[in-house]
Amino acid sequence: MIKREKRRYLALEVVSEQPLNEQIVLDAIQSSVHRLFGEYGTSQANIKLIKYLPEKRQLVIRCSHMMLERVRAAIASTIEVNGKTAAIHVVGVSGTLKALSKKT
Amino acid sequence: MQRNWDVNMKRFADLHLRVPLKDIPQAERMIKKASELGYNLVGIPLSPHATREQISQLKHICSEAKVDLVSRVNFFPRNSNELLHDLRSYRRRFEIVAVRCHTKDVARQAAKDRRVDLLQFSVTNLRQRFFDEAEAELASQALSSLEIELAPLLQLTSFSRVHLLSCLRREVATAERADVPITLSSGATDENFMRGPRDYAALTTLFDLPLPSALRALSENPWVTVERNRGKLSPDFVAPGIRVVGRKTCD
Repeated sequence: MIKREKRRYLALEVVSEQPLNEQIVLDAIQSSVHRLFGEYGTSQANIKLIKYLPEKRQLVIRCSHMMLERVRAAIASTIEVNGKTAAIHVVGVSGTLKALSKKT
Repeated sequence: MQRNWDVNMKRFADLHLRVPLKDIPQAERMIKKASELGYNLVGIPLSPHATREQISQLKHICSEAKVDLVSRVNFFPRNSNELLHDLRSYRRRFEIVAVRCHTKDVARQAAKDRRVDLLQFSVTNLRQRFFDEAEAELASQALSSLEIELAPLLQLTSFSRVHLLSCLRREVATAERADVPITLSSGATDENFMRGPRDYAALTTLFDLPLPSALRALSENPWVTVERNRGKLSPDFVAPGIRVVGRKTCD
């Protein structure tokens, strides 16, 4: 039996003066992971956008659970989104979307 | 907007929050942000000649934001004599004393002096990082901690960050071998460089500090230093292990 890959869901809060769309934020995270861990690391991280809540400036992404700390490090090291100063904070981490929604 | 960022309810501390003391609204925003991110204790570097009004104003801001304030002083001595002079003059006025070691003799003197709490090294000039085996041995005997600031890791780019990471990896391994406590702090001058304790702990994986050690460096290690110094500065302190537990007034 093939074992399914474990994932972690991260709720992120974006702090920026300019309005941002989800794709721009996701690109900034991906490029930060790429800068720190290269193409091999980015492929292992397997980051996907799950949902975006523009009213709360929050987004939910998914990554491989083996790469969770590295993805968190890459998110923490993001200081610019779309050429403007920004910060991305991890509000919660969970193994399921249901548990994540309870946490945040 | 107080959120429960941490499920394990560890008490986190950021011993180096470089708030602009002349810009009170900005200082207020940064302290509030630290509280929101889950810190219970913030250390704010003050000038050695800081007035009582300045300190009480900061204490008021911190109590409103529900964080504990630690008064801290950073020394930048040019030689060991200057360091000894600074320690003699100001040690008892501040809860935390950090020394930025620019020369080897300052680094050695700071590491062996029990009045020094935190050892800091340059993040831009890596030739001025003197934390080697000998320094670690002295620091472990004198209970000084190695302070690692994390905001420069966010600010530096490309090869300067790579070089800093490789230096930090070597120093962290040396500190762990010699049992020197490591203290992680933000060193942030701006809200944009402030991150939650878990995010900073994740950042330390870049220089191979294990996650439990990183969390200890953000919580227990700074708290131990602060509590030890508060005990020493209290009027009941007599000597290490001896304190006044009660006073009797005689007629």
